[in-house]
Amino acid sequence: MSIIYDGNKDEVQFKSAISETIKNLLDNDKTVVYLDSDLSSCIGCNKLINEYDRAINCGIAEANMAGIAGGLSSGGMKPIIHTFGPFASRRCYDQIFLSGGYAGNSITIIGTDPGVTAAFNGGTHMPFEDTGLYRLIPGAIICDVTDIAMLKCLMTKSINHKGIKYFRVPRKDSYKVYSNDTDFEFGKGKIIKELGTDGLIIASGIMVYEAMKAAEELANKNFKVTVIDPVTIKPLDEELIKQYALKCKKIIVAENHNKIGGLVSAVKELLCGQNVKVSHVAVEDKFGEVGPQNYLQEQFGLTSKEIVSKMISL
Amino acid sequence: MNKKEMEIFAQKIRVATIECIASRGFGHVGGSLSISDLLAVLYGEVMNVSPEKKDDPNRDKLVCSKGHAGPAIYATLALKGFFPYEKLFTLNQPGTTLPSHCDKNKTEGVDMTTGSLGQGTSLAVGLALADKLSNRNAKTYLIVGDGEQDEGQVWEAASFTAAKNITNLIWIIDWNKKQLDGYNKDILDPQNLEEKFKSFGFDAITVNGHNVEEIYNALTNLKKNKPRAIILDTVKGHGLKEVEETFSNHSMTVGKEVWDKWIKILKDELTSMGGAM
Repeated sequence: MSIIYDGNKDEVQFKSAISETIKNLLDNDKTVVYLDSDLSSCIGCNKLINEYDRAINCGIAEANMAGIAGGLSSGGMKPIIHTFGPFASRRCYDQIFLSGGYAGNSITIIGTDPGVTAAFNGGTHMPFEDTGLYRLIPGAIICDVTDIAMLKCLMTKSINHKGIKYFRVPRKDSYKVYSNDTDFEFGKGKIIKELGTDGLIIASGIMVYEAMKAAEELANKNFKVTVIDPVTIKPLDEELIKQYALKCKKIIVAENHNKIGGLVSAVKELLCGQNVKVSHVAVEDKFGEVGPQNYLQEQFGLTSKEIVSKMISL
Repeated sequence: MNKKEMEIFAQKIRVATIECIASRGFGHVGGSLSISDLLAVLYGEVMNVSPEKKDDPNRDKLVCSKGHAGPAIYATLALKGFFPYEKLFTLNQPGTTLPSHCDKNKTEGVDMTTGSLGQGTSLAVGLALADKLSNRNAKTYLIVGDGEQDEGQVWEAASFTAAKNITNLIWIIDWNKKQLDGYNKDILDPQNLEEKFKSFGFDAITVNGHNVEEIYNALTNLKKNKPRAIILDTVKGHGLKEVEETFSNHSMTVGKEVWDKWIKILKDELTSMGGAM
């Protein structure tokens, strides 16, 4: 692996990478089936529906789509389903939980537009609770995707991994953090900046970029921190996080999600009873709202500025 | 199996179902008995399934979306030799492989995990779709309750079945007129189920769900190039008059002497038909 973060964006948008990865999976494995619920155009997959009999538009019926995916898995296929994050979690939760997880079926779920990246679709489309819901499914894997290298690697690996695998992925730009050849594993976090042990920032998804900026701003104040990307929120790389938490003592957990139920909760549960101070930069138990992403990040406090301020006051 | 043999098989399923539930003292009697004749036709004659073929992907599959009819499924599977008959007496005991609702990961011969009503419909669509996409010559038979028609997911799955022309999936609706709280018509009237399915694009028919010949003909004579739905006109608790006449017969708890009496009634009937367990 190499960390190539320099504040620049990936060459392509997430949606192109999602459709390219799904197409590759359909080409390379005749048991892969891609299902969508009338949002295939939003990730550039509408052309796949016409090209492959294993790419199927289920219509606006997410619960049915999730159930069909469970049945396909029982029938020896490897289903991938896509819809926006709230519909990939809240809307079909019982189907993912029972027809998927409980029934022992394997499904890869792509939930696009996590948290504030839903932007102009507003509060109805803005999931701040999807990670929390998926964490409550025994054995589920949850990846708050950081960049395209991570997306391609883990989505591809997920196909042959048993159980429920949930990817929360924006559709638009990502800041490039990892080189294209980086290998990722479920449950293995990555240290993406190691300037010192004055503090530790654990950040996922779009908050990785904010954490990297915050680390630089803190360094300018002679406060040297380490930044960890957990890669998967579940399973959490408990060993890595605990090791650095005990070294650094002051920890900020940053995520584009409600402070309840997601990465913040997972880290706080892990470190409960340890001699460390933990705070968070996350959504303060609020519903989403409409607006440009940068406005929403300010509105919900999901910024590097907030990370710096909370770290210093910890 | 001929007609007589299927009728005897159905009666044996009723005996085994009640012996299974009686071993625990309570359970889903009404909705288990209402599908006994159907199961006899499916497992006795129509479905390409046997313990020897359980790992054959080309065999037929059954999804009992009304998962609470587990005891009837277990009775049928035990009689078909998927597991020893004595296992029926472990229903809902600690550590059992026979839970009240069907679980494919626990019970040999069970093809799908069900219990949360409505969900088995989409799962069955997925199973049938997997066979279709893999060019396997297999059918999936889906049993859905009539109370279960309240669930919106049923209609999402029905819509998909028709729109995508999933012809290797046969929907069978157990129209026993009752659900947990009482009569369907008093709770959420399902209206005319046959017309509903026809309006979705199915070839649909209503038959007497306690006449094995009618069930067999429906399963084999409907159009093969269209999605198929069979509405089984049944009686909840069929085969035991006392159960049929009990208003609340979804799940029943009675004393040992009553279970013994019911088992004797069913066994006597079996003997009079020329059959034996």
